[in-house]
Amino acid sequence: MARSIWVIAEVADGKLSRITTEVATAARGIAEQAGRDVVGVVVGADPGKPAEELARFVPRVLSVADPVTDGHASATLLAERVAALAADEPPDYLLLGAGPEGRDAAGVLSVLLGWPVLANATGLGWADDGPTVEMSVFGGRLTTRNAFVGEHGIITIRPNAVTAQPAATKGAVESSNPGGDAKLPSVPVVESVAEAGAAAPIEEARIVVAGGRGVAGEDGFKIVQELADALGGAVGATRAAVDAGWINYAHQIGQTGKIVKPQLYLALGISGAIQHKVGMQTAETIVAVNRDPDAPIAEFADLLVVGDLFEVAPAISAALRARTG
Amino acid sequence: MRIVVLMKPVPDTAAGGERLTAEMRLDRAAVPAVVNANDEYALEAAIKLTEAGDGEITVLAMAPSNAPETMRKALAMGAHRGVLVTDSSLEGSDTLSTARVLAAALETLEYDLVFAGADTSDGGAGVVGPGVAALLGLPLLSYAAKIEPDETAGQVRVRRISPTGFDVLEAPMPALVVCTQALGEPRYPSLKGIMAARSKEIVTRSLADLDLGGQAVGGAASGTKVLESTPPPPRAATRVVREPADVAADQVVAFLAERRII
Repeated sequence: MARSIWVIAEVADGKLSRITTEVATAARGIAEQAGRDVVGVVVGADPGKPAEELARFVPRVLSVADPVTDGHASATLLAERVAALAADEPPDYLLLGAGPEGRDAAGVLSVLLGWPVLANATGLGWADDGPTVEMSVFGGRLTTRNAFVGEHGIITIRPNAVTAQPAATKGAVESSNPGGDAKLPSVPVVESVAEAGAAAPIEEARIVVAGGRGVAGEDGFKIVQELADALGGAVGATRAAVDAGWINYAHQIGQTGKIVKPQLYLALGISGAIQHKVGMQTAETIVAVNRDPDAPIAEFADLLVVGDLFEVAPAISAALRARTG
Repeated sequence: MRIVVLMKPVPDTAAGGERLTAEMRLDRAAVPAVVNANDEYALEAAIKLTEAGDGEITVLAMAPSNAPETMRKALAMGAHRGVLVTDSSLEGSDTLSTARVLAAALETLEYDLVFAGADTSDGGAGVVGPGVAALLGLPLLSYAAKIEPDETAGQVRVRRISPTGFDVLEAPMPALVVCTQALGEPRYPSLKGIMAARSKEIVTRSLADLDLGGQAVGGAASGTKVLESTPPPPRAATRVVREPADVAADQVVAFLAERRII
């Protein structure tokens, strides 16, 4: 059996998550140099559709039907299925997304397999017959390149680290049943609740327009939303804005919130304190509107408009609408 | 209700100046340590759950020997006691090693719930909490926005943040809960709390005090290594616009078009 790198899929609402298509693309990027096969693994109550979707990105997909994953917190169950599969057909490395599901599964897999974890990869390479993992650490003050000591390991990859690209040819899907009993306790979901304003896929957004203390209230966030709509982007926020109750935690970017890497980050009334900076500094382009020309964000923005966001942001929205007619 | 809160002293990101040693490990002497922000949310949640009744909160840390300085803040906020696992051989531990040591330390404690922060500001992997749950065979309830234990029923309910809202999870105790900022802002220690913290106990344990069942831990067993570290490429100089709003807006739009963002 050829040696392999596995891409562990995340499935939400029966669909393959975007992060998995990115992880699969990153895996393919090192496969040739590594001389390893890339294999996708999909575990779910109904894995057929997401497995077919993942096959667009990798040459081979193992599809594992596990009815229990429906109605249960899935990361532990996923990890146990993957560990059982790995016992039958051992891969060298496992790749997952660095979101909540991927982290939970990576932590459990690390223990079940006894493999180390390199987390939050911003880039992937290959050297000395092992993967090299680029990470941004200490609030972005350093970029490190890391490797595993041994021949096995688990890597979690940040959203937007790579752009998802389907493979030239579609891969094959095989049903697989690793067997083995689940030993870890499974946790039932007794209720799923949709909340207005909770759906904030800011980690996946190409453009993020974010508001901070300067936005000054819930009403101010309407201006942020208006500009985000004009740009086709998502709305982000600082911890101060979330703590003040102006916007839902799902929108928070920074140390205790989400880490984003959009093409454009447009910051309104955000000073750029380090706790926020760590969540957005790898954005390709940073534009800030701030009254204070000496705010920390002035040091790392590409473009800084010194002015009142309540005037400038609506003017940008209007200019964008005028442009697209 | 007995709650153990996993706590990590981390370099104060606001102070800056984090660096690696010649051995490519975080130089923990270079920067003042603070309680990891996500662990403060976990601790706050634990305090809220126990302050009405007769609960007990233990903070558990695996950290260098000077960690009691940082752990005192957790005690001042309202934790009852501290347990510090410290051993020079643990320097340079990876996440798996950390999970194994914390799990072994938890085996010596009595608890209904274990709380862990969603991730740390220095390592940031977010895998130690789930790893500890797996090692101890505890139900894992992660990304919690609300925690409701029911002591009579011996069950805990957690609102787990989902992409569209939240899922309500339910599990028997003991269980491990991974905590987020959505649980609510941590309190500042009161003067009374600070005074009381001085006399609270922090028990120190070395590796020899723990039963690791032969599992390899510590820096020598680390499964990962840093090959090199470089400062990120500097960003280009900031272009500053000081114009009336409509002129500034046109310049922003032109800039975005120039960069092919719109």
